[in-house]
Amino acid sequence: MARNYLEFEQPLAELDIKIEAMRAAMEGGDAGAAVEINRLEQRARELTQAIYLSLSPWQIAQVARHPQRPYTLDYVLRLFTDFEELHGDRAFADDPAIVAGIGRFNGTSVAVLGHQKGRDVRERLHRNYGMPRPEGYRKALRVMRLAERFRMPVLTFIDTPGAYPGIDAEERGQSEAIARNLEVMSQLRVPIISTVIGEGGSGGALAIGVADRVIMLEFSTYSVISPEGCASILWKSSSKAAEAAEAMGITASRLVELGVADCVVKEPPGGAHRDADAVAVAVAAELRLRLAELRQLDESTLLSRRQSRLRSFGYFQ
Amino acid sequence: MSWLRKLLPSRIKTDRTTRRSVPEGVWSKCPGCRAVLYRAELAENLEVCPKCSHHMRLGARARLARFLDEVPRNELGMGTQPVDHLRFKDSKRYKDRLVQTQKKTGEDDALVVIAGAVRGLPVVACAFEFEFMGGSMGSVVGERFVMGVDHAIGARCGLVSFAASGGARMQEGIISLMQMAKTSAALGRMRSERLPYISVLTDPTTGGVSASLAMLGDIIIAEPGALIGFAGPRVIEQTVRQTLPEGFQRSEFLLKHGNIDMIMDRRHMRDRISGLIATLEGRSRTA
Repeated sequence: MARNYLEFEQPLAELDIKIEAMRAAMEGGDAGAAVEINRLEQRARELTQAIYLSLSPWQIAQVARHPQRPYTLDYVLRLFTDFEELHGDRAFADDPAIVAGIGRFNGTSVAVLGHQKGRDVRERLHRNYGMPRPEGYRKALRVMRLAERFRMPVLTFIDTPGAYPGIDAEERGQSEAIARNLEVMSQLRVPIISTVIGEGGSGGALAIGVADRVIMLEFSTYSVISPEGCASILWKSSSKAAEAAEAMGITASRLVELGVADCVVKEPPGGAHRDADAVAVAVAAELRLRLAELRQLDESTLLSRRQSRLRSFGYFQ
Repeated sequence: MSWLRKLLPSRIKTDRTTRRSVPEGVWSKCPGCRAVLYRAELAENLEVCPKCSHHMRLGARARLARFLDEVPRNELGMGTQPVDHLRFKDSKRYKDRLVQTQKKTGEDDALVVIAGAVRGLPVVACAFEFEFMGGSMGSVVGERFVMGVDHAIGARCGLVSFAASGGARMQEGIISLMQMAKTSAALGRMRSERLPYISVLTDPTTGGVSASLAMLGDIIIAEPGALIGFAGPRVIEQTVRQTLPEGFQRSEFLLKHGNIDMIMDRRHMRDRISGLIATLEGRSRTA
């Protein structure tokens, strides 16, 4: 698939065009081309590293939304065996913006939940751009309760612009669906680990994100409102999104400082979208480690630690 | 008129807001029926129009003062003060915004929590002050709410919350989002303790407050005509690109769609809410 370049990746795009041209030249019999290709590829690697080493929060937000970034099902495919997807909230519908299922992670039975975006236009519409409706959150809730009954840890993957702001979603109680998940997750009697793999968009993200451990990918974001939304309200102009992203502190490293996330999983050079296999291996390693930690705790310790974690959020004097 | 206003030097222009504020001390116009109302009478009537029963906004402290018995009253969380942890700055520093809002409202944050009683029944009651940065929920609101829950659990009494909020406080970034989890977790403990939690939704209750503590009531009550929803109507309109149905996201709409238990006139709340709590707790109503 042709690579999508973000605005700040333009120098890379130009290099890649040159590399392609050289390849064509080589096939046409240009003997010196191979050396030049090597040189250019080396240069592209260095440039990628350099660009990704100093991304601004707003640029990171764009990487987090990259159309080729691995989504929940890309991780499910690589991390779990015996996975079976479970559908529907048993009351209204199945919401394709959230996937849920059960499977095995290194042999351990687990429940898996995650927001799911679409790759092409048709799938994006089908998945509603990863914006769940109430039935999506209620499906997640149903599967969490199932996990609790069968003592399976819950692993969630967060990647949504937010809960869907639509007429039908309001009619069916979007607020209640989110609120109920927050309450139930705070008391669910099995370990919960949430991994922010892309966009952590506000309440729509948190509704499957109340956890014992929160892992963030290096170029993922998590915020109370999108940078554009914040900018349009506080700066009265969505073009100030970069400033808003800076001011709110939405990046993985900042969230670890603030005590909301526990750790950051490094992404391959140039971001997760350049190597889904590599990032899946890194996520698996972190999940294995965190899950082992949590499974050592007895139920009451697990729950009281989760409660104190939630209780501790806040800065005041 | 607008060309004339442009011509006039600025100091001759009459500021519309100040011009209106002069009679506002004595008279008020009902936004529902346009009746001109005597301010003192309106305040006495809990900011409900005596002519058409339109419910106007009521400040947190005035609401609690009229909802609770005069004694006992013990305000919780007064020592908890907001800080600008992110050093947030948009057109103004958050720090300055806080000071300004505190001066304007006389409150130090957007939630007032009082342990007291309603008709002799012990309760903890809390109310959002919408005038304080749109009743937005930041660290102090979350902490005070949880203190209210903890107090109710300690005293084995019910909790009543009056929501009026635009949602999370953006100036506190992700920490404000986490207040949704924090308050919901506290209400989960309250539920495990089998203590009643009555949530009253007033105009407006949206965003992060709606999607957490407000929608978790054992009984959810709305004031008539209140705007209640997850997303704001403007955001929805921009997303779905169609006109919103008549009465969308108003209390009556929520009742029809099964999202709330009932709509209640503010003037009956002392009586009926104390009745609901007494019934849930299996107590007799004494006072």
